[in-house]
Amino acid sequence: MSRSGSLISIHNLSKSYRVGEVTVEALRGVDLEVAAGEFLSIVGPSGSGKSTLFHILGGLTPPTRGSVSIDGVNLAEMSDAGRTNMRKTKVGFVFQKYNLLPTLTARDNIAIARHIAGKPLEHDAWFSEVLDLLGISGRLDHKPRAMSGGEQQRVAIARAIVNHPAILLADEPTGNLDTKNSDAVLNVLRGLNERLGQTILMITHNPEAAAYGHRIVNMRDGQIVY
Amino acid sequence: MINKLVLENLKHRPVRTLLSVLAIAIEVTMILTLVGLSRGMLDEAGRRAKGVGADVWIRPPGSSAISFSSAPMSEGLLKFFGEQPHVTVATGTIAQPIGGIDTVTGVDLDKFSRLSGGFRYIAGGPFQTPDDILVDERYAKQNHLEVGSQLKLLNKQWRVCGIFESGKLARLVLPLARLQELTGNTGKLTQIFVKLDDPKRTNEMVRAFKQRLPDYAIYSIEEFTSLFSVNNVPGLKPFIYVVIAISVIVGFLVVFLSMYTAVLERTREIGILKSLGAGPRYILSILLRETFVLAAAGSVLGILFSFGTRWLILEFAGATLTAMITPDWWPTTTIIAVGGAVMGSLYPGWKAIQQDALEALSYE
Repeated sequence: MSRSGSLISIHNLSKSYRVGEVTVEALRGVDLEVAAGEFLSIVGPSGSGKSTLFHILGGLTPPTRGSVSIDGVNLAEMSDAGRTNMRKTKVGFVFQKYNLLPTLTARDNIAIARHIAGKPLEHDAWFSEVLDLLGISGRLDHKPRAMSGGEQQRVAIARAIVNHPAILLADEPTGNLDTKNSDAVLNVLRGLNERLGQTILMITHNPEAAAYGHRIVNMRDGQIVY
Repeated sequence: MINKLVLENLKHRPVRTLLSVLAIAIEVTMILTLVGLSRGMLDEAGRRAKGVGADVWIRPPGSSAISFSSAPMSEGLLKFFGEQPHVTVATGTIAQPIGGIDTVTGVDLDKFSRLSGGFRYIAGGPFQTPDDILVDERYAKQNHLEVGSQLKLLNKQWRVCGIFESGKLARLVLPLARLQELTGNTGKLTQIFVKLDDPKRTNEMVRAFKQRLPDYAIYSIEEFTSLFSVNNVPGLKPFIYVVIAISVIVGFLVVFLSMYTAVLERTREIGILKSLGAGPRYILSILLRETFVLAAAGSVLGILFSFGTRWLILEFAGATLTAMITPDWWPTTTIIAVGGAVMGSLYPGWKAIQQDALEALSYE
């Protein structure tokens, strides 16, 4: 845990990057604390900086200034290799476009996350319960092309949490789904949070989806607004 | 797990996989066929030389064992060799190039029979007229000749009077005097064969002949046939190396293009793996294993193809070309193929490693 007792502790976080000759200030001094077991929804318009925050939290890009601490580890002080290593176990991603490997079955898509993390491919009893909760136990031997969007997203959620990450980062997890599948995925996320205590940060445009979280944080112009 | 991903990736793009394997197979086949041809031709020449049945082989001064020189030796030397102790037969032949690497050989059939036991005829028999020609079975098969067929050589029509079993001296045989006359080499010979009363005296007699004729190339038959190797054919080794180099470049380019395309096509997948925590070694390992599978499969297919090229050569050009299967070269060609392929995958691999995870994940 960080000094404040939060699982995630963000202080004065800034991120700028260059697009051609223009410098874009994507994040401008963000401060945020997220407690362990919290389900936080981050909402905001396009360009508000929520995806950049998501990428920094996931270790996909380094911050320009400020500190980001997950489970007591400051990402701002990490090298590329350190952040790559952190992604194996500390963070699980769920993307809008599912991002499953198309050549592998659902089972292998989950197994490869275990393999990359250097863990045995066989998952434990806890994960069997998760698969039941996700409702994909009977679909594990299918490849993504044979699955619906909702099923693919639930496989992606299974892959994201198979290594017991400290946080699950979900970027518009229902963005490509119809209402029925959106509800199913959101219920699964809430179920993971309530039953297993999984800390979840979810980015969304959709106020109804955001309402599934314990707390909603609004972002605008690279800052958090309440 | 990586192996599973590699195999699934290869299965996912079967045409690209097949083309890559095929290109590497052709690379391997090229090398094996060239080596097989070189060895086969030399082995065949050596076997035919042995089939003559001589103990000592004499070539003109300054000549190499393997050459297509015409007739620079005097026929008078036959008398000299015939008079030497322990010599039972001395006969000579003249070899006339007829295009490419083919030659027609002029033979004194009577003396040649005493030397070698004569040709074993499959059809027909010895010369009946000055315009008769003997051909061996391979030449007859390739050129669809039978006894009585006409054959145009040296601007003349010849009648095939006999077809003999391959493996002795030459494929095309004319009467010695007739060929000497036609080529303006009357009284001249290309090579002389000597048979001794006791083969154990061969080395002793070779030494004696060399003392008397120091400028001539005089070999025991064992020594002579041992010279039929790749190392003794001027330019052959560099030629093989050039073909190997071209093959490696072809393999390199094919794998380079294939893997480069694969990396571009799988940009998003590489991003996914990176988002899961896969490091450079993990990504590179996938590409290198994929390359290795392509190269190994290509090598096996190339080896199988080399049986096919050998069959084609023997079936359609068996009189001119002889090819061997060369298992001792299989590991070498596999190493060459894998090495070229790995080199070809290094830049695509480096590109994959360098890809930014965020950009890769947003790649469409």
